[in-house]
Amino acid sequence: MWDWPAHRIHRALAAGEVSAVEVATAVLDRCDAAEGLIGAYVHRRERAEVLADAAAVDEALRRREPLQPLGGVPVAIKDNLSTTGMPTTCGSRILAGYVPPYDAAVVERLVGQGAVALGKTNMDEFAMGSSTEHSATGPTRNPWDLERVPGGSSGGSAAAVAAGTATLALGSDTGGSIRQPAAFCGVVGLKPTYGRVSRYGLVAYASSLDQVGPLCRDVRDAALVLGAIAGGDRRDATAHPGALPDYESALRPDCRGLRLGVPREFLAEGVAPEVRAAVAAAVDLLGELGAEVEECSLPTVSYALDAYYVIAPAEASSNLARYDGVRYGLRAGGGGDYAGVFARTRGEGFGPEVRRRIMLGTYALSAGYYDQYYGKAQRARTLLCREFDAALARYDALVTPTTPTPAFGLREKTADPLQMYMSDVCTVPVNLVGLPALSLPCGFVSGLPVGLQLIGRAFDEETVLRIGYAYEQAADLGRRRPPVAAMGAGA
Amino acid sequence: MSAGEGAAAVAGRYETVIGLEVHVELATKSKMFCGCPTDFGAPPNTQVCPVCLALPGALPVPNEQAITYALRASLSLECRIDPGCRWDRKNYHYPDLPKGYQITQYARPLAREGCLRFTAADGQERSVRIRRLHMEEDTGKSTHEGMPGGTTGVDLNRAGVPLIEIVSEPDLRSPEDARLYLQALRTLLLYTGVSDVRMEEGSLRCDANVSLRPEGSEEFGALVEVKNMNSFRSVQRALEYEAARQAAALDAGERIVRETRHWDERRGITFSSRSKEEAHDYRYFPEPDLGPSALSEGFIEAVRAGLPELPAARLARYAALGLTPYDAGVLVADPPLADYFDRMLAAGAAPREGVALLTVELLGRLNAAGVAISDPRCRVRPEQLADLQRLVGAGTISGKVAKTVLEEMLASGEDAQTVVARQGLQQISDTGAIAKAVAEAVAAHPQSAADYRAGKRQALGFLVGQVMKATRGKANPSLVNQLLEDALREG
Ligand SMILES: [Zn+2]
Repeated sequence: MWDWPAHRIHRALAAGEVSAVEVATAVLDRCDAAEGLIGAYVHRRERAEVLADAAAVDEALRRREPLQPLGGVPVAIKDNLSTTGMPTTCGSRILAGYVPPYDAAVVERLVGQGAVALGKTNMDEFAMGSSTEHSATGPTRNPWDLERVPGGSSGGSAAAVAAGTATLALGSDTGGSIRQPAAFCGVVGLKPTYGRVSRYGLVAYASSLDQVGPLCRDVRDAALVLGAIAGGDRRDATAHPGALPDYESALRPDCRGLRLGVPREFLAEGVAPEVRAAVAAAVDLLGELGAEVEECSLPTVSYALDAYYVIAPAEASSNLARYDGVRYGLRAGGGGDYAGVFARTRGEGFGPEVRRRIMLGTYALSAGYYDQYYGKAQRARTLLCREFDAALARYDALVTPTTPTPAFGLREKTADPLQMYMSDVCTVPVNLVGLPALSLPCGFVSGLPVGLQLIGRAFDEETVLRIGYAYEQAADLGRRRPPVAAMGAGA
Repeated sequence: MSAGEGAAAVAGRYETVIGLEVHVELATKSKMFCGCPTDFGAPPNTQVCPVCLALPGALPVPNEQAITYALRASLSLECRIDPGCRWDRKNYHYPDLPKGYQITQYARPLAREGCLRFTAADGQERSVRIRRLHMEEDTGKSTHEGMPGGTTGVDLNRAGVPLIEIVSEPDLRSPEDARLYLQALRTLLLYTGVSDVRMEEGSLRCDANVSLRPEGSEEFGALVEVKNMNSFRSVQRALEYEAARQAAALDAGERIVRETRHWDERRGITFSSRSKEEAHDYRYFPEPDLGPSALSEGFIEAVRAGLPELPAARLARYAALGLTPYDAGVLVADPPLADYFDRMLAAGAAPREGVALLTVELLGRLNAAGVAISDPRCRVRPEQLADLQRLVGAGTISGKVAKTVLEEMLASGEDAQTVVARQGLQQISDTGAIAKAVAEAVAAHPQSAADYRAGKRQALGFLVGQVMKATRGKANPSLVNQLLEDALREG
């Protein structure tokens, strides 16, 4: 039961075949067995608390109340989403012990549907990283190979879903932080259109790029979660109001009538030949499913990583200014004036990657450098938007690899930030243009999953979900389980 | 050197160039970016929420009311509105700035290129250009009061209260004009109802840029910013002092340093604050949590149409009614008083006589009692005062009796007619009755009659007084005069 997708749990609960307490117990047992190997969680709720929530769902069922699509589904929440009753530390020492007095909009919506929260998942500090190694509590391991990283920054969420220690998880994606770990861990990850999901309660890394989304067992679950968390929110001025489609009913087993573009810049050197081959095979299958596939070009994409590493740190340098030790989190000892406490708190509280990006961003916004860096990066972003708009006027979606390589080894890239940044080269452009993108498994290289990325038009998550679903059904990779699945308790 | 002596030292040799930056707190019910109330005087940190406490993950949402108020102020200052105005972050670290940045408008303010007109002490109209008007949020307050030794408390009740900043061009040429500009600005803002503009309570704050240049020179001198002026009078005093200080320095061959100086009200001097403020690089960049505004033409025009009659138009209207510039000025500077007067006009009062009755008789008595014109304790309604004026105008009662009637109206709340009828105060215009009283007076005071006939015209006044006394003030004064003169000529 611990490896069931949410829609299967829903069917079984609705039919009275299992109880929510039984489902929760199976996943909790699985956690007890595998968590020691994986380290996906930074905070786990008490078993009794989780079971009490599950029992409430069973009780509602007995009262014949309607079962919501995610009712009774055990979920994990990335540690940068505010949760009452659970610490929210963003993988940072500076927020040690901070328990928010309010729930993030997405948490409110998910829990409001009856989803059962298991705990908070590990991440790169303040979502800055691609391996979940930049966490104050230590790294999470990849269930497919414990000596490899799960990707990041939502590495804990991806690893939990892959290892069966959560049915699904919430993550956040600023430059690939949902899609890259989803690809590394062989699960489905969706970054919705910027503005599709409320950011209220998501601890900001780079506000113009951040977006909350799900990591799931399969595409149908991604559609279910998006339906539960999407929509306008008067507490987030960038959240898009307006009616939502029924994402689940958009799923179809074919791609007939769809035109797909394959931008060649995403398959350039730096992309592993085996990854290229897996993507090419996936593209062929999409053709067989009825899609019209064509090669295309997005030349400005080669500037995307440079633009991202100006804009994201610039916004981060400002977003992280509030951690001053005055109101919450860590406050360095020793007393003294504000400037002194401020400097010591941040020196002790932030890890090296966060400090690096704050410095980068501060520099990029400084008088005399603004036009050269921030201004130029914004101009590149505008050009990139035009290119994607033009391409998506011709195509219903674009198909690319999610990452240039499968999961890399622990500590392999920690010494070289630029190498680490390269692992987001296929995902970063999508955040800069704010479009929706889905990553799903499209094969294996030496026993490690490879991710396929589908990029759609703004607010058209339906199309990428539909293509992803058709591919998933036809490719039938879903039965393959990570080796860690054999360890610990089975179902 | 006193400020007064200073003015003399500057006059004739240097021209004083002044520009003002005015911060005005808007009188909205809630804060700029959250729903917290803006009321004064609540216990520290009781009017706060995740947004204005800058908790991780909280997001700003603009207050429509504040935007409407700022727009009213902009339109009343004849500004050009930028419908696509934008929010920016101004980054700096201070304990009472919880986010580590202030949300303001930097590159694209709400309004530019406006104008404020006022009448200077020499009776000439001055026109000062408004460079820009933008919206921003207030900071919290740091306090040492009631805190254990050496520590600083932070109260965030004011953090996020909406402000507008109004920046003038350096068009002011004297400290007195600066004060008059501020008073005109205050009146204008009172008219538009966007702020209670109380300088002593800090809802209007003013910083000034002052420089001197030799009379006739076109070039500007080095700018000195003067801060911490807490009343209209202290603005004039501080600027007089500062101009004189700069004149003395220039006379001594010194160079004026560009700096910020603080006004010390008690000592009557400005002093260099030597803060590091000047070295600040605020690293402005567009606020990513808020998109650009899209103020529609319809919205702007609706706000414009909702503007009340503004001071300049009201002055012109009063002038056309024949009011003296002084009377018109007194009324216009006090919106409730002018509103009262307008209701008197609507009820048929004669303008010039009505204004005297209002500002001399009624206001004199109210001021003595410490009651405001808009206070319910003022028991004379404008329509009742208009009736009183009409009784005088029609000759039913004399101007002298009107004062008695007004006293009674104030005490009882009764109409003028009721008081006049009850006390039998109708003016006596019956020639026979007055002639009798005249004859008696002349007979009773032969010496006065003789004096008058001998050419001492002032003796007439005494006799008039006797007749008025005998008729309890009710005799028509012009008839009394006429009949007395006739009687004395005959006798
Ligand atoms: Zn608030």
